[in-house]
Parts: sequence; structure tokens; C-alpha cells
Amino acid sequence: MEMLRFATAGSVDDGKSTLIGRLLYDTKTIFEDQFEAVERASVQMGTEYTNLALLTDGLRAEREQGITIDVAYRYFATPRRKFIIADTPGHIQYTRNMVTGASTADLAIVLIDARKGVLEQSKRHAFLASLLRIPHLVLAVNKMDLVDYDQERFEEVRNEFRDFAAKLNIADLTFIPVSALHGDNIVDRSANMAWYQGPSLLHHLEEVHIASDRNLIDARFPVQYVIRPQSDEYHDYRGYAGTVAGGVFRTGDEVTVLPSGFSSTVKSIETFDGRVDEAFSPMAVTIRINDEIDISRGDMIVRPNNQPTVAQDIDAMVCWMNERISLRPGSKLVIKHTTRSTKVIVRDLSYLLDINTLHRDESAAQLSLNEIGRVQLRSQVPLFFDEYRRNRQTGSFVLIDEATNVTVGAGMILGPVS
Amino acid sequence: MSFDLTHLRQLEAESIHIFREVAAEFENPCLLFSGGKDSIVMLHIAQKAFWPARLPFVVMHVDTGHNFAEVLEFRDRRVAELGARLVVASVQEAIDAGKVTEETGPRASRNRLQTAVLLDAIEQHRFDALFGGARRDEEKARAKERVYSFRDEFGQWDPKNQRPELWSLYNGRIRMGEHIRVFPISNYTELDIWQYIKDEQIEIPSVYFAHQREVFERDSMLLSTGPYITLMDGEEPFIERVRYRTVGDMSCTGAVESSADTVDKIIEEVAATRITERGATRADDKVSEAAMEDRKKEGYF
Repeated sequence: MEMLRFATAGSVDDGKSTLIGRLLYDTKTIFEDQFEAVERASVQMGTEYTNLALLTDGLRAEREQGITIDVAYRYFATPRRKFIIADTPGHIQYTRNMVTGASTADLAIVLIDARKGVLEQSKRHAFLASLLRIPHLVLAVNKMDLVDYDQERFEEVRNEFRDFAAKLNIADLTFIPVSALHGDNIVDRSANMAWYQGPSLLHHLEEVHIASDRNLIDARFPVQYVIRPQSDEYHDYRGYAGTVAGGVFRTGDEVTVLPSGFSSTVKSIETFDGRVDEAFSPMAVTIRINDEIDISRGDMIVRPNNQPTVAQDIDAMVCWMNERISLRPGSKLVIKHTTRSTKVIVRDLSYLLDINTLHRDESAAQLSLNEIGRVQLRSQVPLFFDEYRRNRQTGSFVLIDEATNVTVGAGMILGPVS
Repeated sequence: MSFDLTHLRQLEAESIHIFREVAAEFENPCLLFSGGKDSIVMLHIAQKAFWPARLPFVVMHVDTGHNFAEVLEFRDRRVAELGARLVVASVQEAIDAGKVTEETGPRASRNRLQTAVLLDAIEQHRFDALFGGARRDEEKARAKERVYSFRDEFGQWDPKNQRPELWSLYNGRIRMGEHIRVFPISNYTELDIWQYIKDEQIEIPSVYFAHQREVFERDSMLLSTGPYITLMDGEEPFIERVRYRTVGDMSCTGAVESSADTVDKIIEEVAATRITERGATRADDKVSEAAMEDRKKEGYF
């Protein structure tokens, strides 16, 4: 069975919770005791109907305030695929959470209310999905029942969104007219919209082709941990454990180790279950090489004829995630990039991006909570990276405040500073 | 050649990555082992992450003293097979030493006492990271908990102030006295766990399989009779064919009526069931709507 991770963005008003509730309910994922707990809570809160949003609003504070604070992960499966939903709140103040949920997603569902059309919020969600390079975007035009399942209205909304999406980098865009409340085009094709020839939402989630989304070209192996058993049986054993971050490694491959630049060949690729002939993303393996080279955590094993950029000056888009401190030129932070952690200083802030209008404000002096900007960083030691658009693993990083140890920023690398 | 991984292989790879990351970045991690299926799976994956080396951390059991005998036997055998070091944090010893006070009455449970004993052990052994076998599909509060869950010097979880967690970049930076709870199998569901147990042919304690047991009904749950529990008026013990979906403290873990005596039959049963495992079997979660959230804030697993 394959696995698909998707993120949903939208507010309660868009029917996002209803949509998730519907997917869980129709795939028989909502259990009786969960449903009963939600019914009890609905009665306590005095709502007239069983509020499916309560299924996803897990924390006491959320139920008390009627808001969603954080990313919630939901699970369901069909015979075809296992699904992990990163359910993120859609309000502007929660850009941080959307970016978090989007970072690991293969697909994003953005909900639009058919009556309201493309709002600023929908644009913001689509922009973040494209910034985070989610390969597949589904625009679910919801509440079709409230516009009499009208094809024209659907097409208006679709065209409006297409005009906006032309400015973004979205590889695969699918439009589906749905009614989450009534289940139209969620699991089965809707009888109310015979004019719609495409797949139902669930059918699309089951069938969308994700196998080629991974980078199988640029071999990248960030060394995570060195395995040295120091036992009698494995006296001289030395293996480099890690998760393949791109490309394919095979036994016998010529490899180069960064930063030393030394070359060797792959002696074997090992796992607890035995040797494998090849390893690709996201396999977690142990690579052994034929020559004794000093390799440690934070180094990267690559192919000699296909190496990442090695640089200390990095150009990146950064989403700021902290309310107490902000990012300014001169800020000193800790960066965690693949398995390497080092210090960085912010050299420059080129511009702050208005995520509603895509306008670039070059006069901005700082990045505050939920703001996104283009930033130049200088790292203490060289980092080995690819453009984020080419590789989400070797192109991403987080920034940590050294005083509080809190994760304050998330970055997507554009390239070295030219 | 196809470059596809099944969902179980992807989940396993993610867990292995988390284990290695913690082993590389922390001074003194520890794996919490209860003898339940989730911690058994977690231990199995840990073994894979470091093979052919031994586990680079100790295994700790917070022992309420109300265990199933077969689970304790299983624990000791498994730890010996792995050549791992076992630390037992005993609730009974804490009671005897007067550090915690046992609840009284027929509904007395040592569940809450575990938290104090756990926090005490963390302090005593100076653990800076603790692997736990919690899954996000178990409970609503857990659905929102990070893989790396930061705990302050009082062991407390602050759900409103969690560190953002993106890609597979985990932030394990802490100050002295703080620690991180790490959940390597966060993304497994109950069904995934069973399918993985089947695929990997992992041994699990016999109480998970259908067996005859003397039980009685309380709060619509079947509890085992035994030395740790006092029957209340009107509670009549009877023999039933049951199995456990979760294995914890005997006094608050319920059995379910079942004839599933093989892993295949359990998978069938789990796939068809309409009640979550905690809902079916845990008295401790029934106290209130936010029971788990409240206990987690105090420092529970």
C-alpha cells in the first residue's frame, strides 16, 4: 500500500472540518466513541447539531475558544492508500502552522466557498502551497449545494483562481466541485453534477501519481550517525547511517565525501534485514565504503559527477515563526540543515513578501511572526545544499534562537548568494 | 526497477531516522518500555536503527506493580536478547518510601502516580530524551503533539507553545534539567502496528491474543479480577474469552470480548472495529473529555 500525505487549509467557514469529517466518516475512520464524545461536547457547548469540527479541535483551549491552534494529524486508509492529513487552521495568524503542515505534504487541498469565490485567504493558501513546493494542489470548490450545483458558477471560480495561479509555481492543479456537507464528489461522483466529468476527491487522492515527485537523480546522503559496534563479531565495522535525501546509491558506486572531497566506492548498503543493492529516498540505511576516510555526522556522501552547492552565503525564502523576536540584518541564529547544525548571521533582508498580493516590500527592516521574506545568510561553516525547488530535503532548513532554543524560522534555499 | 516503498517501509524509515537523530544529538536518552505492543514495535525499530551495534541508550520501565506476569517475563527476556540495560522505576518503591500516596477505594489506580515516579527517574538518571510509543491516532491531544515534544524542568507539556516542526528537521536543543519526549511511531495507526507486527513476525505477550479469563464488568469495560482490584457491590466475576487491545496497569486496563487468537484475526478485528483502543480499554481516559491533555501537561507519557 502506498502512502500519501496531504495538507488541508481553510477555516471553519470554508467547511474544512466538515470535509475532513466527511472523509473520515465515509472511510469508516471515525469511531463510535469519538463520535459520541463529539456529540456530548456539542450538547455541552449548546450547538444544535453535532459539530464535526470538534473531532479535530483536540485541545481544551481550542474547544473553549472555538478556534484551532495547531496542526493536527489525522489518519485514514482505503484499500489503495494510507493517508496522513496535516490539518492546519487557515487564519492569517497561523501561517506558521500552514507552513509546518505543508512542509511534508505531497498534496494540498485548498477549500473555496462557491458562493464567495476566490478570497484573499484562498490565494494565501495557494501561495504557501507553491512556496513549500507541494507537488499537487487540489482546489475544492465547496458548498456547491448552495449555488444549485451550478456549472457556470464553478467555472467562474475556476477561471478566477487560474488567473491567480498563473503567477505561482504549481505543477499540478486540479479543480473539484464538492459539497462536503452532503457528500457530493467526495467519495463518489455526484448525481447532482452530471456536467462534471472528473474524479471524486477521494478517487483523486487515491490515484494521483506521486511516485515521480521524489528526486531520484541527485544522489545525496547526509551522514546522520556513525555505527561502530566495537564488539568481537563486528570488530572493525564502521558504517555511516542516514536517510537517503535524493538520487539512488548502488553498491560499487564511486562516491565523494563532503566536505573533505575524498573519494571512494560503496562497499555495501546494509540494513537490519540484510544488504540491499540500491538505496533511494526516503530509505534509512547504513552505507559502508571501501576506503578508510574520516567521516562524521554532518558530512554528505554524494556522486563525484553530481555534487550539491557548497557555500557559506545562502539566499533563501524564510518564514518567520516567532512572536517574541524578529529577524533583522545582523541577527545571529543557529541553522539546522540536513544533519548539519551551525551558526548563521543574517546578512541582508532583500524584501518582505506580502502573501496576499505577492507585492515585494524592499524597504522592510525586519521579519516578524508569520511574515515571509527573502534573506541572505552567512554560515559559520559551509553547507551542502540544492535549490529547494529541486530537493525539499537538501534545500530546507530551520532557524533556532540560541537564547531560548526555540525554532523561530523555516527556510527554503534559492541558491548561493551570487 | 521500481522505487516504491510501502507505507509500512516508509513509516519504519521515518522512525529509524528519528532514533538516529536522537542518538546523535542527545547525551543520555532512554527508551520507555511498557511491554505493550507499541513499545515492543518501537524497540524492534530501535534495534534496526543501530544494528549491528547495540542500543546506544537504556530501556526504562515505569512499573506500577500491577503488571501482567507474562508481560514482565516478556520484558526481561526481550531486554536480555538485545543486550540492553534495563532501568525499572518502581511505583511500589515510591509508595513504600512515602514519596507518593496510594489512592484508596475500589477505584484506586496507580496511573497518576506513574507521572511522579517517571519524573523522579528522569531527574535521578539525568535523561535528556525519552522515547515513547505514543501514536497520534490514539487520542485528540496526541494528534497535535510534536514528534519531539519539549518538556520544561517540571516535565510539563505546554500544548499552546510547541516548537514548530518542519520537514524532518527536529529541534532537540534544551537547557539543563529540561528534556524532550520523542515519539518515533507517531504516524502509525493501530492497524499499521498490527500489520507491521505481522510483516516483521514480532513476538508479543500472550495477553494480546484471545484467552479465557475471569473478568467482571465496570463502566462498560471488562476488567480482570486479581490481587490488585477490589470488587464493588453488584460486580460479579465471570469467565469470558477475551483479549487486550492495550496493555497497561491491570487495575485500569480493560479486556475486550474476542476470539482473535492469531495476528491475522486481530488485524481483521481491528480493521472492523468501531471503537478506538483507548475508548474500549482505558478507564484513565474516561475521567473527562480532556483527561489525556491534562495528564500530559503534568508530565505523563
